Amino acid sequence: MASERPLLDLSPRLPPPAADLPKPIPSSRSSTRFRGSLDRINFAPEVLGPGAGAALRYGSRAESSRSGASQKDIPDEDARIVFINDSARTNSRLEFAGNSIRTAKYSFLTFLPRNLYEQFHRVAYIYFLVIAILNQLPQLAVFGRGASILPLAFVLFVTAVKDAYEDWRRHRSDRIENNRTALVFSAGGYFCPKRWKQIRVGEIIKILSNETLPCDIVLLSTSDPTGVAYVQTINLDGESNLKTRYAKQETLLRAPEKQGIAGLIRCEQPNRNIYGFHAHMEIDGKRVSLGPSNIVLRGCELKNTSWVVGVAIYAGRETKVMLNSSGSPSKRSRLETHMNRETLLLSGLLLTLCTVVAVLAGIWLGIHKSELDLAQFFRKRDYSNNEDDNYNYYGIGMEVFFRFLMAVIVFQIMIPISLYISMELVRLGQAYFMIQDASLYDEGSHLRFQCRALNINEDLGQIKYVFSDKTGTLTENKMEFQCASISGIDFSSIKDLTAVDHSIHSVIVGDQYWRPNMTVKTDPDLFRLLRNKRDTEEGKHACDFFIALSACNTIVPLVIDTPDPAQRLIDYQGESPDEQALVYAAAAYGFVLVERTSGHIIIDVLGDRQRFDILGLHEFDSDRKRMSVIVGFPDKTVKLFVKGADSSMFGVVDETKNGSIIHETKSHLQAYSSLGLRTLVIGMRDLSREEFDEWHSSYEKASTALYGRGSLLKALATNIESNLEILGASGIEDKLQQGVPEAIQSLRQAGIKVWVLTGDKQETAISIGYSCKLLTAEMTQIVINIDSKESCRKRLEDAFVMTRNLPGMEAAKTQFALIIDGSSLVYILETELEEELFRVAASCHVVLCCRVAPLQKAGIVALIKKRTDDMTLAIGDGANDVSMIQMADVGIGISGQEGRQAVMASDFAMGQFRFLVPLLLVHGHWNYQRMAYMILYNFYKNSVFVFILFWYVLYTAFSLTTAITEWSSVLYSVIYTALPTIVVGILDKDLSRKTLLKYPQLYGSGQREERYNLRLFMLTMVDSVWQSLAIFFIPYLAYRHSTVDGSTIGDLWTLAVVMMVNVHLGMDVFRWNSITHATLWGCIAATFICVIIIDTIPVLPGYWAIFHIMETWAFWFCLVAILVAGMLPRFAAKAITEFFRPNDIQITRELEKFRNINDRSSSSEVAMSTFAIHQQQQQQNDSRDFVL
Amino acid sequence: MNGYTSFSVASPSSGFGAEAAATRNSKRPKYSRFTQQELPACKPILTPGWVISVFTLVGTIFIPIGTVSLLASNKVVELVDRYDTACVPPSMTDDKVGYIQNDAIKKTCTRMLKVTKDMDQPIYVYYQLDNFYQNHRRYVKSRNDEQLRDASKANETSGCDPEKTTSDGTPIVPCGLIAWSLFNDTYKFNRGTNEMLNVNKNGISWKSDRKHKFGSDVYPRNFQTGNLIGGGKLNATKSLSEQEDLIVWMRTAALPTFRKLYGKIEVDLKENDIVTVTLENNYNTYSFGGKKKLVLSTATWLGGKNNFLGIAYLTVGGLCFLLATAFTLVYLVNARKPADPAHLSWNKNPPMH
Repeated sequence: MASERPLLDLSPRLPPPAADLPKPIPSSRSSTRFRGSLDRINFAPEVLGPGAGAALRYGSRAESSRSGASQKDIPDEDARIVFINDSARTNSRLEFAGNSIRTAKYSFLTFLPRNLYEQFHRVAYIYFLVIAILNQLPQLAVFGRGASILPLAFVLFVTAVKDAYEDWRRHRSDRIENNRTALVFSAGGYFCPKRWKQIRVGEIIKILSNETLPCDIVLLSTSDPTGVAYVQTINLDGESNLKTRYAKQETLLRAPEKQGIAGLIRCEQPNRNIYGFHAHMEIDGKRVSLGPSNIVLRGCELKNTSWVVGVAIYAGRETKVMLNSSGSPSKRSRLETHMNRETLLLSGLLLTLCTVVAVLAGIWLGIHKSELDLAQFFRKRDYSNNEDDNYNYYGIGMEVFFRFLMAVIVFQIMIPISLYISMELVRLGQAYFMIQDASLYDEGSHLRFQCRALNINEDLGQIKYVFSDKTGTLTENKMEFQCASISGIDFSSIKDLTAVDHSIHSVIVGDQYWRPNMTVKTDPDLFRLLRNKRDTEEGKHACDFFIALSACNTIVPLVIDTPDPAQRLIDYQGESPDEQALVYAAAAYGFVLVERTSGHIIIDVLGDRQRFDILGLHEFDSDRKRMSVIVGFPDKTVKLFVKGADSSMFGVVDETKNGSIIHETKSHLQAYSSLGLRTLVIGMRDLSREEFDEWHSSYEKASTALYGRGSLLKALATNIESNLEILGASGIEDKLQQGVPEAIQSLRQAGIKVWVLTGDKQETAISIGYSCKLLTAEMTQIVINIDSKESCRKRLEDAFVMTRNLPGMEAAKTQFALIIDGSSLVYILETELEEELFRVAASCHVVLCCRVAPLQKAGIVALIKKRTDDMTLAIGDGANDVSMIQMADVGIGISGQEGRQAVMASDFAMGQFRFLVPLLLVHGHWNYQRMAYMILYNFYKNSVFVFILFWYVLYTAFSLTTAITEWSSVLYSVIYTALPTIVVGILDKDLSRKTLLKYPQLYGSGQREERYNLRLFMLTMVDSVWQSLAIFFIPYLAYRHSTVDGSTIGDLWTLAVVMMVNVHLGMDVFRWNSITHATLWGCIAATFICVIIIDTIPVLPGYWAIFHIMETWAFWFCLVAILVAGMLPRFAAKAITEFFRPNDIQITRELEKFRNINDRSSSSEVAMSTFAIHQQQQQQNDSRDFVL
Repeated sequence: MNGYTSFSVASPSSGFGAEAAATRNSKRPKYSRFTQQELPACKPILTPGWVISVFTLVGTIFIPIGTVSLLASNKVVELVDRYDTACVPPSMTDDKVGYIQNDAIKKTCTRMLKVTKDMDQPIYVYYQLDNFYQNHRRYVKSRNDEQLRDASKANETSGCDPEKTTSDGTPIVPCGLIAWSLFNDTYKFNRGTNEMLNVNKNGISWKSDRKHKFGSDVYPRNFQTGNLIGGGKLNATKSLSEQEDLIVWMRTAALPTFRKLYGKIEVDLKENDIVTVTLENNYNTYSFGGKKKLVLSTATWLGGKNNFLGIAYLTVGGLCFLLATAFTLVYLVNARKPADPAHLSWNKNPPMH
């Protein structure tokens, strides 16, 4: 196991700092030793975290958190006031939550009531309950007590046991969590261990290296003299790289053991924003502002820092991590929404049936009023006591009312309550298969597919729009240094040099080799230049270039042990993958960054270890779009290195010098951009002593200014970053993920519109668009990047006209690609231009949005969602995609490099973009098809049963007698028919995976809602009426004038209906595998067994009836006649449509089955794509691992 | 990789749970044909060949069954005589209820039946009631099966309202409306005028009922002693398991028109024989307009006279043949080559993309 160790201790051979380096100006009030670094730290709250990388990831969290930490004051009523080291006073005004956490929902006593309360939140259970209660009224007792309560009790019990088990596990983990200990500053003046649950807001806590934070704390001091602390936030957002947090210089040197510390912190009320924090600290009469870089959150782990001391400000359930621990938002699938419409229709039907029965009963009672006193079967009058008493009769009005309610009880299963439970089970099964699917398993990250939302599986089969993030989703977000342009010379003939000589770029420390963790391909020319011609002008430039790469960043090197004791790996940790790539590249060329503290860095320059002082640092911000460092060289010179986006850099370059280099560099940048590379320009300026002194004094002034510190510092940065000399430019490849072009092509063949929304700049976005085959050369591009509303409107109108009015046949063939950028979207989204944009976008084949902010991404998804019924899917990997993921109907998170924010917000999570193809085309198709069929089938099977009961009621003087025993009624949806539909819902496949991938167009069946719509529902209901007629009337007519008793014919009806619905299901099953056979026939057998068991209970009226009837031929003839007559229309209709009006699925099913016969003859069957060919090869290999 | 196929779904994982979930998810799914949904399966497709053969097959099976059923039904000889109105003296036709309720009037009635065809023994004697809702909810529930089978549970009268107990509170055995309304018309048969035809009333009920539903030690008590007499009385010295008329009656009929077995005549009757029925017309169906019929019928392997099954089978069988022919014809005229990719919608009208 690799362990990380701080580098500070392991650098025995450090060269001493050069003696006459320009010393940082001594400060008046604190020791000078850490001066330079302290200055740097003052920047932190303003720019919020070291986020140079954010330059390239516009709109990522660095951006969003900025707004959260402006300088505005927090009004007293919204603030939480924490007195440092005075938890009693802190808590006296308002009792803040203690630090014990409680994720468990129930306690021993509250379990029953609370669990029942939660369970009855579901409408289905309420329905069950109301029916069961109705049935308890003596006048309405249709079923016996047991039979009416059993199903509800069963469901409640199973769910309760499951909940109880889950809760017990939560209790256990809570207990472990709450009883961990941390060092808390006690009244005695020293730190002593205290249980986590006893920690209170306001207390001072000391955390040692590798410990986990017990609550959210504001840093006061750290073991690092400059106040830096490194934390790992893997528990919080899954990001494994180290983040830097800072203690304020005002508190840095105040050890609570010695001087004591007092003050107050005025901060926001607890909120969920992990990346935002806004507070002021008042200490020693001074007001210090605090930002997200001063707070460490519960769940983080302290790394690389031997201790930190901080004050608890949010504890327990108010910590940010706990506030964020709610589950993913529940969504409801499209199919279920439709299903509710049909359920309403069925409720209408149910009420109609009940009304019909009640009214007919009233009429019957009216007609026979005079006869009923004496009629033996009714005997209205109770003669036993009193002559005038009526026995159990309440007058026609009440009787009609009671009949109505009884009818509701008898016909209750018209509303397929069990369907909701079956659907949950089916989704669970489908989720199981999605998780288990080997083709959704990411080999690289060892991640399985994750189903986080369970109730929208079938939505995956109906997607019309895919909104994709680019970085990390289409691309790997593994930055790789590809080429450099140094002083106008292009070095881009990259070769893998690792094999040649790996000792070159390893650093020798004592008897150990330290090597960078990642190898980078290098350019041999450049390599040679650096080795052999360092004295030339070119060589010097190249040297400076790489020193700039190593120095101008916020990367922290970590040393990792390897199994080989002589070898260690240097791992560069940082928030920006671009910076990592640059530092690794510099290391590969022999400029190995070995150590970074806040005051200096140590770079191994081609084997010679040198110490550079970091005299100043202007961090990245999105206005300047660049960062700079002021480096004191060992040779006493001071240089300013600036790194930034080309657009911002060329503005500050001194164009009078080296015009040709600038020209060359620009053309190289153009070339890199068109290759899809991310470019950065590096600039440099020598600072004279005077310039530095001037900068430093203004810097000193700015950083001690009470107000407007941020803008002063920004102005200072802008001031010094000028008249730069171009050192060169770098090209970093954001590698396209495997299989992305093929995946996009498949999705588009499937009729899915793929929109790419990226924070990247337009050129990069377009070049990535080309490389992932989203854009093709034939497409006409409509580019909108305009800065005013009126011209936006005009451009959109022009574009619309253009898409409509291309001359002649051209229009049909030309494809349009809309490329729009974030600044234009500002004028369009949420204004009346939205409609205009929608019209244009809808007629374009490809839409590419670049430079969009996170909220704009959501806005674009909303644009489509509001205007169409089409299903949308958003896929992304970063925190900036969260809003989009939550907005879309289906949100997919890629568990990639950028942490788990997206995954946490998503409904499904997976490792690679290309998995979208099997997910949608295969699983989505199957899920939709299965669920659609299952819903229809459940409606059908319950309706058949209800209609049989209804027909019989017409022959019982509308008295709601059922010939089918109450136990069979109850067991009908529980045992007789439940399992096959669930099994078919989980296992049945209309088409094989291969076929679905080969013909992506088949996905259209879900988009067009072919498997579930009102027409199909109506047809199914008509079929169910016909089948119920067959089931009821064939025995009725056959036994009309016989001695048959109710139980006997009831058994016949029971068996007939169960066999009918199961045979019906069997006829629709696409694939009969062993499990299908077992459940389907097993269910029929189980029904026979159940009926037999019920008929062997002597106290039930049907005793032995089944044996009597099974002895007769008439019974078997009836059964066969029922099945054949009942299925005939459906079978004929199915045969006709499948043969004469086949849909695509039918034809491909035939293709699948008769492939062997048709393979050679059907030359017209063109391979759809390289993707499909690949699939075929896979099949031929009969590969077990289905990797695209 | 220990084959632990973990299954984590949508558990609202907190920040702390996430790590655990990550390690659990980081296992390669174990391959099996089941988990990859590749179980061997049969994929039936309704090809014209299949459809036509299914229809033909059903037709070929159904037509013979229908024929046989029809023949069987036609072999049954059935004599039905409605006597409820005919047995009311002409003077009382306007007050049938008064007639039936008046114990003073003698209820004996004689009917003549002419045998239409030779009837082989056993000849089943049924009574048929029309419009008697033995399946009415308040009627079917009005019994207590515990009481019927167990002498010690005589007090179990729940559900028997309003024939539960006598006015002094002692339980009625058998209780409930069903027993109370026991059918009590009796029939005696003579061939011609003098040859008495014996009616065997043994074994008319189900053996299972006699053995397990009606106790051999349960004797009628307080039966038919209330103000209103619903029907027949029971011999208090015979146990319920021997009271076969009651057992038959208590197997409540499914439909409002029903027959109940009265007995068996174990003598062959010849065509044109005249059967004289001497019946006691005791049972009151007049108060609700019910009909009473006497039925003499032979039986075959398929049961009594009923043409329906035969006709149904012939109809369905015929329909199947018809469909088979129709399919064949249409198929010959308008054949579609199966598994032809040219029929795929995107090959017919290629989409633009």
